[in-house]
Amino acid sequence: MAKGVWIIAEQRDGVLRKISYELASTARKLADQLGEEVSAVVLGAGIANLAPGLAKYGVDKVYVADHALLEPYTTDAHGEVLAKLVREKEPAILLLGASSQGKDLSSRLAGKLATGLATDCTDVRIADGKMVALRPMYAGKCFAEVVSAANPQMASLRPNVFPAVEKAGAGEVISVAVALDPSQLKTKVLEVQKDATGKVDLTEATIIVSGGRGMGGPDGYAALEELAAILNATVGASRAAVDSGWRPQTDQVGQTGKVVSPNLYIACGISGAIQHLAGMSSSKYIVAINKDSEAPIFSKADYGIVEDLFKVVPELIKECKILLS
Amino acid sequence: MNIIACIKQVPDTEAQIRVKADGSGIDETGIKWVMNAYDEYGVEEALRLKEKCGGEVTVVSLGPARAMETLRTALAMGADKGIHISDPALEGADAFVTASALAAAIKQVPYDIIFCGQRAIDDDAGQVGSILAELLSIPQITMVTKLEVAGASAKAIRPIEGAQLLIESSLPCLITAQKGLNEPRYASLPGIMKAKKKPVDVKDAAVLGVALDKKLQVLRYVPPPARAAGKIIAGDDPVAKAAALAKLLREEAKVI
Repeated sequence: MAKGVWIIAEQRDGVLRKISYELASTARKLADQLGEEVSAVVLGAGIANLAPGLAKYGVDKVYVADHALLEPYTTDAHGEVLAKLVREKEPAILLLGASSQGKDLSSRLAGKLATGLATDCTDVRIADGKMVALRPMYAGKCFAEVVSAANPQMASLRPNVFPAVEKAGAGEVISVAVALDPSQLKTKVLEVQKDATGKVDLTEATIIVSGGRGMGGPDGYAALEELAAILNATVGASRAAVDSGWRPQTDQVGQTGKVVSPNLYIACGISGAIQHLAGMSSSKYIVAINKDSEAPIFSKADYGIVEDLFKVVPELIKECKILLS
Repeated sequence: MNIIACIKQVPDTEAQIRVKADGSGIDETGIKWVMNAYDEYGVEEALRLKEKCGGEVTVVSLGPARAMETLRTALAMGADKGIHISDPALEGADAFVTASALAAAIKQVPYDIIFCGQRAIDDDAGQVGSILAELLSIPQITMVTKLEVAGASAKAIRPIEGAQLLIESSLPCLITAQKGLNEPRYASLPGIMKAKKKPVDVKDAAVLGVALDKKLQVLRYVPPPARAAGKIIAGDDPVAKAAALAKLLREEAKVI
């Protein structure tokens, strides 16, 4: 009889990533409704010390899989260890983050476990003892409520959408015996090329300042970079700006770019095409600055300024400098 | 080299998506159908690999009768043959059933490398590639933006948050294509003409022996959640508006 709500925590370089806390809190909420326990699995090498961090977010048990072959992440190593553990312990629900790693792992694991996986969910709830997940489709033009027909019921959660709420959990540490052979691992990470800028990735940014066609060229982004620096934000771009060569592909927010869910998204000179909205509609607050009052973005923005962005942004920089000093 | 590219026919991204009143699905009237953009990168990479190493490209698609058009497009781009898995029983198939059907078809042909798009822009699920790789017991590298195949291994660049990974995999393996991998070619007129004569095998679920039970069930489709109406900031000039915005973001929204 499948029981318990599990999460696969994510760590990098020995530090738990923020999504892990969002997963723990969501699992805690579901488990409380079911009257069950929350367990977390953390995999890597030399990561046993990460358990207390998860306990602070309501985790009852932390399964620690500590082995040299689990660092860095590979689909084969993590997939193999997790499939074995899950088959043994039979959780009812299994949550992962819809991060780069989570997307790769969750789908492979769903294949191994022959179970239903709801990806990139923006909400999960319990109905009739089962997890019902809400997930976007067609670039967010419609959503689907889905449920898994098998256990564990799997879902990957969109980062920065679910709150991380501190709640003391037992955090009992259970060591997982890892039996991995190098010959089982068919892929190998040869190199990790860290992004030179060292800035926070768009998909994890709390604040994003984004520029579109209205920027008129690459030079205008200097002002956005300045505003971003003051707000501790990351700079994004619309497809128009990227296709014009003003900004790199990695800066693109939208249906064929990145899906972001910051607390604040400031859209400068962005008209708000459906494909762009697909990438940022999960933002908690949206600001639009555009001189075209008819721009569709204004119907989605919480705060709109109909004005030439080149006149507003410098003033906003001044105001923020004062406010945040 | 035996190269496979999986493709899916999906609504054009400009399509207006209307949820049926009873929430049972979307209204397909008037939709323009195209090859999933991410699959185009897969087909293009497959063709480049064939041009470099020699061999054959087979494109595989699970879809209703209209999906044949998308297979012909891939053949017009330069693929050599196609497999069309078409069966009313497979309509509304979830990722697991879809991957199972693809696996059953692919197991019947030789392959060294398989390309899939990183996700389909209709369901946006991004699962079929990985599940397919699992069912075929081959390794995967997902979200690939650069690929090099030499000898018995493949090397790929896979972007993650804040970094890019260089990953090596043994062959055969499955690659899911991400934007930036390449610029797909357009089908030429001679290509389109040649495509009409290229062979496409049509298979159904029974022939493939695919189990039809879905692992993920859709309870209902709903329109996107509505956002509360926002406000246009009033003010005499940009200075005043900027000041008002900063104050709202600080005191009302509390995000800065």
